[in-house]
Amino acid sequence: MTQPNKVLATFQVNGEPHEVAFLPHKTLLEVLREEMDLTGTKHGCELGECGTCTVQIDGTPVLSCLVLAVDAVGKDVQTVEGLAQGAELNPLQHCMADLGAAQCGYCTPGVLMAADALLRDNPKPTRDEIKEALAGNLCRCTGYIKIFEAVELAAARMRGEDAQPSKESIYGS
Amino acid sequence: MVLDDPKSAPATREDAPWQHDKKKEDLKHIGKPIRKVDARSKVAGLTRFADDLRLPRMLHMKLLRSTMAHAEIVSIDTSKAAALPGVKGILTGKDMPTPFGILPVSQDEHALCPDKVRFVGDPVVAIAATEEETAWDACRLVDVQYRELQTVGSVHEAAGTNDPRLHDYGVRGNIHRLENLEFGDLADGFNRAEHIREDTFWFEGNTHLPMEQHATLAHFDRDGKLTVWSSTQTPHYLHRALARVLAPLPAHKIRVIAVQNGGGFGGKSDPFNHEICAAKMSMLTGRPVKIALTREEVFWCHRGRHPVLMRSKIGVTKTGRITALDFHSFLDGGAYGSYGTASTFYTGALQTVTYAVENYHFRGARFFTNKAPCGPKRGHGTPQPRFALEVQLDKIACDLGLDPAQMRLDNLAPRDSLTANFLRIGSMGLGACIEKVVEGSGWKERRGKREVTKDGRIRGLGLACSSYLSGAGLPIYWNGLPHSGVQLQLDRSGLVTAFCGSTDIGQGSDSILGWIIGEVLGIDPLGIKVVTADTDLTPVDLGSYSSRVTVMTGNAAMQAAERARDLLAKGVAKKLEVPASRLVFADERVFDAEDPQKGMSFQDAVICTEAQFGTIGTVGSYTPPKSAAKFRGGGVGPSPSYSYSAAVVEVEVDPETGIYRVPKVWMAHDIGRALNAAVAMGQIEGSIYMGLGEAMMEEMAYRDRSHKGKRVFVHKIPSLLEYKSPSACEMPECVTYVIEDPDKNGPFGAKEVGQGPLLPMMPAVANAIFDAVGVRVDENPVSFEKVFAALQAQKAGKEARFGPANDDTGVPVVDFGEPLQIKTPWQGGDGTAHNDPHRTKKAAK
Repeated sequence: MTQPNKVLATFQVNGEPHEVAFLPHKTLLEVLREEMDLTGTKHGCELGECGTCTVQIDGTPVLSCLVLAVDAVGKDVQTVEGLAQGAELNPLQHCMADLGAAQCGYCTPGVLMAADALLRDNPKPTRDEIKEALAGNLCRCTGYIKIFEAVELAAARMRGEDAQPSKESIYGS
Repeated sequence: MVLDDPKSAPATREDAPWQHDKKKEDLKHIGKPIRKVDARSKVAGLTRFADDLRLPRMLHMKLLRSTMAHAEIVSIDTSKAAALPGVKGILTGKDMPTPFGILPVSQDEHALCPDKVRFVGDPVVAIAATEEETAWDACRLVDVQYRELQTVGSVHEAAGTNDPRLHDYGVRGNIHRLENLEFGDLADGFNRAEHIREDTFWFEGNTHLPMEQHATLAHFDRDGKLTVWSSTQTPHYLHRALARVLAPLPAHKIRVIAVQNGGGFGGKSDPFNHEICAAKMSMLTGRPVKIALTREEVFWCHRGRHPVLMRSKIGVTKTGRITALDFHSFLDGGAYGSYGTASTFYTGALQTVTYAVENYHFRGARFFTNKAPCGPKRGHGTPQPRFALEVQLDKIACDLGLDPAQMRLDNLAPRDSLTANFLRIGSMGLGACIEKVVEGSGWKERRGKREVTKDGRIRGLGLACSSYLSGAGLPIYWNGLPHSGVQLQLDRSGLVTAFCGSTDIGQGSDSILGWIIGEVLGIDPLGIKVVTADTDLTPVDLGSYSSRVTVMTGNAAMQAAERARDLLAKGVAKKLEVPASRLVFADERVFDAEDPQKGMSFQDAVICTEAQFGTIGTVGSYTPPKSAAKFRGGGVGPSPSYSYSAAVVEVEVDPETGIYRVPKVWMAHDIGRALNAAVAMGQIEGSIYMGLGEAMMEEMAYRDRSHKGKRVFVHKIPSLLEYKSPSACEMPECVTYVIEDPDKNGPFGAKEVGQGPLLPMMPAVANAIFDAVGVRVDENPVSFEKVFAALQAQKAGKEARFGPANDDTGVPVVDFGEPLQIKTPWQGGDGTAHNDPHRTKKAAK
């Protein structure tokens, strides 16, 4: 079983160039994790079923396990590692952390990348629009509710509103 | 009902050893929505899970798994695999001949099958190579010859198949366990009943489906020390299993580090083949070895919810008071023991904790079948009987024309009491839970109204309740040691570091250490460093299972923190010349209560105490109270406290197709005290979600096909797409009520929250379907096609029900032998069985 030759390419990830040699059948997920050590992007199935490996290519959320790395060359790839603005987390990350929207945290990077893309296109999404945008990201811990609430809270804050989580969402009814 | 005899109560240090009676307003951190200690790392993608780790020269390992459901291994030829460039190590069963298993009574697994495979997916060969793909390629080059054996696929088949046996231990044939416990006088109870029902229920198995696939990295270094990083909920038990199989390597040369788990739900609580193989492979090759399971392999690991067939006979008075309950459960255990012995007892243990059952007879049987082994999933062994009991009570209320909510309120087990099976109830907030969901949902006005939605669906409301343990009262292996230990180190910088073996699987147990220690020492919980789940560095905690961590780790942390506070108070008192008893620890300061200006920073308190007494460290540990149950089998069920939940579920059912949706859920949970409001809410909402998945769609269902004359059992499609689980779109609106009825055995009164609220979901959905369209689905999942089948039966004028045959043919014929007879507390029983030959013999010695 002879291995094919590796290809050498430069990826643009989180605004930085990464020159990597990789086997041409490798997925973007594999190259991000194994060649660039960007392990923030997770895998749950490697079949495009769970959304855990979601990254953004040119601003659109995609499943990195279904994208061949060679197809991402020359495009703008964003991963969870690129969300923070310098030393400061972005509002969506803050809200997810504060509300407990990350329990085990394994689906969290994928959820963040999908939600981040949503908020860029739609600064005031309804609950149904949030559900629709996150329908491809499975989470087994939270029941999604704290995630919905975090997205709504972050959206409000990103619109400049002085929003706080509702009392019911933290203490119950 | 007998109240606790104070003389037999466990010795306590005082009336409130764990400060359960502390007033809310006096608590600075407890109960507040402080973010978890690791929350920001998680949202930044910085949390390292097992498969994110790698070491220089690391090899990748893969397991070749059995393609046969039941077969003897005739030969294994690995020569072609060994010749493949890049292959560095090959292991087979003969390399690890010592069996292991989570329970001492069922050490029936091998790291690799030595002579026999018992399910499709049983591992046979392990191969490590420099590249992951090379390891896969090498597995395909291995030639394994099997001699197929007859397969066993269900409890009915197992009961009727004495030969071949899957294992050469157990009760007989393919019966793994038989339990038969009678509490009180059943005949008398049924004689006094004014209404008796018998029902048969089936609960299909389902699986944890953690988003993270299990992964392990092992490194046997040149100094002879083995380190294993693994996604495990129970590093201590894995440590023991490794020491057993890898002997003569001594336990103190093995270090297990439980990496942050990407979801567990019970699925990472057993020591696994791949963990032991990675360790052995590292010892063989002298290089670090990693294995990350594929999603398909996670389905083979399983250890999820047992499929259980149940027959329940219940006797009640006209007002619905339970006079007798006769409960049979038949568990399809899969191929190995796992936690199955405990699971079997759990199908009979907690029925008595919610409602007062005067007389109770439990018979449970667990069978071996040629399928992936079952074990503990969130709720461990109790959701199945809870489904049966709560649906049956709904039927009783219907039979008697009673309100199901009121009937439950009339039957509540009293607080501070012993149950028929000698479980000690402390705080008991189920009544408050029921009242909350009844009020919130408009139960009294809306139930039975069969409102029609705009799209022609019929609305229904269903109610169900549950209870769960706050930790198992006994450890997995018999010992007299603490269940949880915490060490504190106080540094001159003012840093407090907590070392504890507890394992954060996402539920927030690392944070619990911070909140409790912060509260006691008056410092910021987020400033406390927690070092957990490392068998080299941290004192033993038994692991994240049975909802034990908040109570047990919490109490150990509280003890360690109180000791640190006492020590600091002594040091500060001397320095400030005020009595230690007058010192207050708050806001990062230690000061005189009578003159708050007189004091010092927490850091200075540490420094002045270290100057007087030397380096500061304290320890705390926790052992649960002794159980009141002394009969054989009484070790499963006791707990320091019990949580309670009640749910009302609303459904909208299409009467033509049986397709339904769940728009809204009202859930109330008695948590004792919420140590952190937001995190507790997350646990309740997560339980609602997982319960809803179990109720509507999740099933670990197998293809039952003939292959060369032998039937094989292969999971239908072991993938995240085909194993249906609820997405964001299916999640209903939830109204959650946190009921706080503090329990004296928990830290600040806390009880469990991670598992209990899952349990009422499945029966509440089934009951709501009945309320909407008048059909009973006595099976879980309550899937659309079952509702449809029951509707068809209803239309045809047959019994409007879908479920297993509701007579003696519905369950297998099993000789359970004579029951152990135990007098109830109200019969004057002392918790022993008066006819147990084993115990009598032991006592005579």
